[in-house]
Amino acid sequence: MTMKTYRQALHDTLRAEMLRDENVFLMGEEIGVFEGSYKITAGLLAEFGEKRVKDTPIAEEGFTGAAIGAAMLGLRPVVEIMTINFSLLALDQIVNHAAKIYGMFGGQAKVPLVIRTPGGGGQQLGATHSQNIELYYAFVPGMKVVAPSTPADAKALLLAAIRDDDPVLFLENLALYNTKGEVPDEDRPAEIGRAKIAREGHDLTLIGYSRMAYIAKNVAETLAESEGLDIEVIDLMSLRPLDRETIINSVKKTHAAVVLEDDWLTYGIGAEIAATISDGAFDYLDAPVRRVAMAEVPMPYSKVLESAAMPTNDDVVSAIFQTLEAVGRRLKKVGQSHD
Amino acid sequence: MIEIKMPRLSDTMEEGAIASWHKHPGDRVEVGDVLVEIETDKATMDYEAYEAGTLSEILVSEGATVAIGTPIATLDDGKAGSDPSAPATESPVAAATASPTPLVTAPPAATVAAPVPAPPAHAVAPAHRGPDGQFASPLVRRLAREHDLDLSTVTGSGPGGRIIRADLNHLLSENPAPVAAPPVARATISTGPIVDEKRASQEITVSKARRVIARRLGESARTIPHFFVTTVADAEMLMEMRNDLNERAVAKGRPKISVNDLLIRASALALREHPEVNSSYLGDESSVMLVHNRVNIGVAVASKNGLVVPVIVDADRKSMGDISVEAKALAAQANGKGLSIDQMTGGTFTISNLGMFGVEEFTAIINPPEGAILAVGATTREAVVVGNQVLARRRMRFTLSADHRIIDGALAAQFLRTLAGMIEHPWRIVAADA
Repeated sequence: MTMKTYRQALHDTLRAEMLRDENVFLMGEEIGVFEGSYKITAGLLAEFGEKRVKDTPIAEEGFTGAAIGAAMLGLRPVVEIMTINFSLLALDQIVNHAAKIYGMFGGQAKVPLVIRTPGGGGQQLGATHSQNIELYYAFVPGMKVVAPSTPADAKALLLAAIRDDDPVLFLENLALYNTKGEVPDEDRPAEIGRAKIAREGHDLTLIGYSRMAYIAKNVAETLAESEGLDIEVIDLMSLRPLDRETIINSVKKTHAAVVLEDDWLTYGIGAEIAATISDGAFDYLDAPVRRVAMAEVPMPYSKVLESAAMPTNDDVVSAIFQTLEAVGRRLKKVGQSHD
Repeated sequence: MIEIKMPRLSDTMEEGAIASWHKHPGDRVEVGDVLVEIETDKATMDYEAYEAGTLSEILVSEGATVAIGTPIATLDDGKAGSDPSAPATESPVAAATASPTPLVTAPPAATVAAPVPAPPAHAVAPAHRGPDGQFASPLVRRLAREHDLDLSTVTGSGPGGRIIRADLNHLLSENPAPVAAPPVARATISTGPIVDEKRASQEITVSKARRVIARRLGESARTIPHFFVTTVADAEMLMEMRNDLNERAVAKGRPKISVNDLLIRASALALREHPEVNSSYLGDESSVMLVHNRVNIGVAVASKNGLVVPVIVDADRKSMGDISVEAKALAAQANGKGLSIDQMTGGTFTISNLGMFGVEEFTAIINPPEGAILAVGATTREAVVVGNQVLARRRMRFTLSADHRIIDGALAAQFLRTLAGMIEHPWRIVAADA
């Protein structure tokens, strides 16, 4: 085990995979000379050369399409799209080509492509650069979408994504790059499509992914200390395939659930989770499933407004308290700060 | 101001009578206080307050009967206005999602809320409740099914009066999990460790069905003042008629008619003649008893799945052949996939027959809320004095257990005389208008 940041875990894993398999190569804007907008590819151009680390023009549709072609012919491209917002420019390549080629051509060509891209707000980057639109890709059969919340999971999921024969959208998060954690030294890929019980508990199931899984764990630990609550936290890890079994089994045990998402509430990922719970654990629910999501506005630029729009620890605590009160728990500190 | 309405306290209730008011105008009312006693078709029940406040007005006085949903009182909760259908206060999510143009004029708030705001508590006045009388969480409904709990006795403490898991603690400790309950009610020796060496006792799980039987029979034996009247009837002609009928039945490929089938119809006809026996006592608080105009005969069946009592509805209006076919079908179903609740409820009188085991006579415990039960013994040959001769005659003994609160000895005796008369003149059983 080595303590490192989420950023460092990504960097080290990319490098290790390039060393392991010479078919693995990187493409993206400013990833070479500039070493990446978020420095994930620092030092890799110098180490592996221009053939393995390709700086591209500002043309997401073009370089994503080129990567799909390379993948079909046997290479294992890892594309960096600077933020998920820019992936909209490659939407046709991802949705209509990467996701569909395997099925449309009867399995004659595979697309072992990884698109690494960070989402999330909170950096005052404005409405067009602060989105959480991974849902667009999780919606599409043929895609896989994974979203690690810890440095260790970042490594395990990136290993799995690069070695997977299907196109994988690998969701990073701007707010997580500097978070630290122990990362196993072993080469142990995650199983894509398997959620993780990040914390075991009996009082309520708290479900999140990426940044909201991080917040979920913090809130659960805080409430364990301050209120003696025993909250189970599920880190989804993968949005497609979705591990419905883990979610359902947990709710069967706790009888209540709160779903956290950084995207918008309406038609969001929380809606899919809530429907999953309704399908699989209806007879075990003692209270309605609650969702915590971003305000239904384009992300404001103003720091004050941006903070108000994003779901916070307090929002999560208040949803948990409302749900627990609905199942008869008497709690004293509703709405108080637990940041 | 909150309107309190006549609640639906049972599935069949259509109207209720105010038995007595426990609170009077001006009285302070806390949640859970008994407001009023309401008399229904089944029982008199306490009705508790779901909201705190001051009782401001009684709209229906004691003794009066009104339909479900009729306002019976008003409760002042300190809030102006009295429209229970007014929408709940708009929640942040409603505000956030209602606006099609997401232009921000106030600081946006992260969306935290249930999709639909919880209804205000007074919106859950009885008239707004679900068919079962109150809302219950899916978990509660499942537990109620599995543990055979009566949710109508539970007051919900969740949002809007919803019954939640925490409200069942008391009931669940009384009806522990039926996990691993064997499908057979009968004890099967071989499970469980020896818990008492001296008696070599083993713990055998009591099935859910058996627990219900135990509870109901215990209640019946403890609370109903039973008395027993036994009579004997000459069954020679009954047996001859049955043999004759069955010869024809066999020839035509129809099922044979049993002695019990004949007794079902005979009892039904006797009940029509003595409707006071076809009745139910409603409890000491009730000023009325019920006399049932339909004759629905329950037949105790020792099925493979335990003791069950399927009901033959309108047994006084069905032909002998129909009763025979129906009784056999019900018994087969009881031994097979099991009977539906509907097939086991609504009885007005029960027959228990142990004649096939050679039992000559016995007494049975009344199956509440019925008023009486008939225990039928075997048809045996006895030495009987007829005129100046001692003859061997087939005779049958039967004992009526009756609820003395509504049935007196003379009535029981008259009923048995009618029944014995039909057994001794069995054409009355088949010939009476069917």
